[in-house]
Amino acid sequence: MFENVDLALVNWSRAQFALTAIYHWLFVPLTLGLSFIIAMMETIYVRTGNEGWKRITRFWMTLFGINFAIGVATGIILEFEFGTNWSNYSWFVGDIFGAPLAIEGILAFFLESTFVAVMFFGWNKVSKRFHLASTWLVAVGANLSALWILVANGWMQNPTGMVFNPDTARNEMVSFWEVLFNEVAVSKFLHTISSGFLVGSMFVVGISAWYLLQKREYFLAKRSILVAGIFGLLASFLVAYTGDSSARTLAKVQPVKFAAFEALYQGKQQAGLVAVGILRDSGKKIGDKEVNDFAFRIEIPGFLSVMTGGDRDTFVPGIYDLVNGNSTQGLMPVSEKMERGKKARDLLIEFKESKKNNDTQRAESIAATFRDKTFNEEYFRYFGYASLEKPEDVIPGVKVSFYTFHIMVTLGFYFILVFALALYFLYKGTLLNNKWFLWIALCSILLPYVAGELGWVLAEMGRQPWIIQDLMPVNTAVSQISSGSVITTFVLFAVLFTVLLIAEVSIMIRQIKMGPKH
Amino acid sequence: MTIMISHIFLQHYWWIIISLLASLLVFLMFVQGGQSLIFSLPGNNLHKTMIINAMGRKWEFTFTTLVTFGGAFFASFPLFYSASFGGAYWVWIAILFSFIIQAIGYEYRSKPANVLGQTTFDVFLFLNGSLGPFLIGVAVATFFTGSQFSLNEMNQVKWETPWHGLEALLNGRNLALGLAVLFLARTNGLLYLINTIDDPALVSRSVNKLIINAIAFLVFFLFFVITLLVSAGFAYDQVSGRVTMEEFKYLHNLIQMPPVLIIFLAGVVAVLYGIGITLFRANRSGIWYSGSGSVLAVFALMIVAGFNGTAFYPSSFDLDSSLTIYKASSSLFTLRTMMFVSFIVPFVFAYIWYAWKAINNKKITEEEMNEDGHVY
Repeated sequence: MFENVDLALVNWSRAQFALTAIYHWLFVPLTLGLSFIIAMMETIYVRTGNEGWKRITRFWMTLFGINFAIGVATGIILEFEFGTNWSNYSWFVGDIFGAPLAIEGILAFFLESTFVAVMFFGWNKVSKRFHLASTWLVAVGANLSALWILVANGWMQNPTGMVFNPDTARNEMVSFWEVLFNEVAVSKFLHTISSGFLVGSMFVVGISAWYLLQKREYFLAKRSILVAGIFGLLASFLVAYTGDSSARTLAKVQPVKFAAFEALYQGKQQAGLVAVGILRDSGKKIGDKEVNDFAFRIEIPGFLSVMTGGDRDTFVPGIYDLVNGNSTQGLMPVSEKMERGKKARDLLIEFKESKKNNDTQRAESIAATFRDKTFNEEYFRYFGYASLEKPEDVIPGVKVSFYTFHIMVTLGFYFILVFALALYFLYKGTLLNNKWFLWIALCSILLPYVAGELGWVLAEMGRQPWIIQDLMPVNTAVSQISSGSVITTFVLFAVLFTVLLIAEVSIMIRQIKMGPKH
Repeated sequence: MTIMISHIFLQHYWWIIISLLASLLVFLMFVQGGQSLIFSLPGNNLHKTMIINAMGRKWEFTFTTLVTFGGAFFASFPLFYSASFGGAYWVWIAILFSFIIQAIGYEYRSKPANVLGQTTFDVFLFLNGSLGPFLIGVAVATFFTGSQFSLNEMNQVKWETPWHGLEALLNGRNLALGLAVLFLARTNGLLYLINTIDDPALVSRSVNKLIINAIAFLVFFLFFVITLLVSAGFAYDQVSGRVTMEEFKYLHNLIQMPPVLIIFLAGVVAVLYGIGITLFRANRSGIWYSGSGSVLAVFALMIVAGFNGTAFYPSSFDLDSSLTIYKASSSLFTLRTMMFVSFIVPFVFAYIWYAWKAINNKKITEEEMNEDGHVY
């Protein structure tokens, strides 16, 4: 019933999904950001009638098209991999997870795909205003699609709005609004789309800087920097703000992840936020997991407590407290959660046996227990812990979490500076005199991609071992296929994606060198 | 009203939506059909460019319908999603691969510095055009012929052959439906080209090609339908909850559901009429009859697969593991929530229709291919 699974299968399935997600996220953020930038540029064209703005719009639209195609291609794989590689998971949560995916298709993808055709092919076929509306609808559609998939992801990080049905052995939705307005989903959506705006803005600013360095396309470059600089600066502030609210939410719903990305082992009041730090192995262990300490760190005293609870006296639990428990702070040890999870699981097994033996009275009594609020809060919420082998399994990779988080945050502040300087030099009319800055802007194109990918590594690796927080670890979620099959498809995907990425970058570079042709 | 939105009503409602999406997908695969002809149909390079641009302006509709079909299936019948995708791994992965290479095939083929060269991207389009419809047809045929899987008490799937879906390719009836879908896509692709391209030479070549593709479609389609109607089917008894083999089950379904029989026959007639008026009356609007007919016929077949006490995803290994719309569906709450979302669908159709007309109001010409616009 709950069979042991091949660890190689779990790891390769994770690797394949990670590979697809990482490649997908190389293309999607540019679509999210560039679509709005293009829409703004076309709006200026329609309002002013200035053909120069039309030329600018069409140039960025060409680059958008090159990127859009490959983003779509990688997206479909992610959707289907939920089924192909995580079939147990698909059933366990399909009642909840499927709905956002379907809504994404009906509401967002059709909007995007219908109007992207008008956007590309409609210049001489539809009116100016219809074309402009289509461009805006592409941007809205692209960002709406991000909403629904992030609602689904947010639910995995913080399952809510559902009950477990022992008859079907799955979670079933009881409140759509709780799923949609899940606090993790809301902050994740805003944080993610604003990071996409940032990617698009830096892309436009960086390429425009290159044109200025090449002493060509001044009109296009300066106006593009104006639009993308303002949009990018606003997006950078939004990223910082939503990142902060995201962290606050995590402290509440995924405290182990939160402790890991601050490498906080011993919980405390007046906990400081590490601004810069280097980790090293301390030589100590929790079970079979190494404990890290700091070789070097600069800390903002008390800030972590303020960030999580609003004041310096807030106790921020560390990894030790969360694994071993802390009775003073009311934190339950993982071993106790494992016991409670096993009770819930055993009850489910007994339910199935009662059904098989036609013991309807016992089956109904157990079903009533699963509907009971207290049982859900005290036992079923730890259901996934039953599948853990040892308490320390709940600790994600601390080094990965710490470094991805801190590099991402540092880059976030760097982006604010770059956009602010771009606008300042543009305002002063000294962009061309500050070649050093133009080089920095050009070299910064890749950095928002790095920050975005790190964000996803943090979000997904930081929540290990869970595929659904506290309810389902990854090792019980995989499809029962051979690891050899998954290794084969992993290699095929890796080769195909890499070849396509090389082709995309090559085409993109050539188009940029050619410049606008209209 | 309470009766109207019962769980059983919603299970049927969502099977109708899934059937509608599947039928629209089959129609929209005229894009794939057109792609599969890019090496054999054009008489010169301009023809090839025109074919690719005619199809390239619609590829996203097919792609989006496929994605929505997957999402809606996941949402409404998650047990199918987990059982079929997680079990028939290789078939779905092959379908995925054939679709990954489509999008970039269009966008990159004529771009300078595309690394792989135009021919490679054209081969990508051809592969997607040929394999996509064929494999989807094979996968859907297993709705009638069964698959080798079992479910445990927790509804977790175990595929009972090491081939993980590839075994479906060894069944003649599956192959027949796969080939029927492929040749229907090619037929519809040719009819679409005839309708949308303003080039007499290419239109004439398309008409010539139409004859052989339409005949091939009819041969494979008739083989599949006749064997379907005379074979035993997977019957579900709602009282006992058991699945058994019933002789002539699918024929019984058509007879016991006369509206479905009428829809099916109307679909077949419309497809034949669309082909006929193109071949014998030089009418260029055959795609609309053939397309509508494809939608009706596929819709009826899907209803036959899931309604009237039939297991829509049968297991030939363990009959009781077979999936019915009752067993595989989402909860009442989820289906009801999704029903409200589905009310948006007519609005979606309306704007698709409006945008489609706006783009198609001018036929594709040689001049347009030489303009400095977005040309694939």
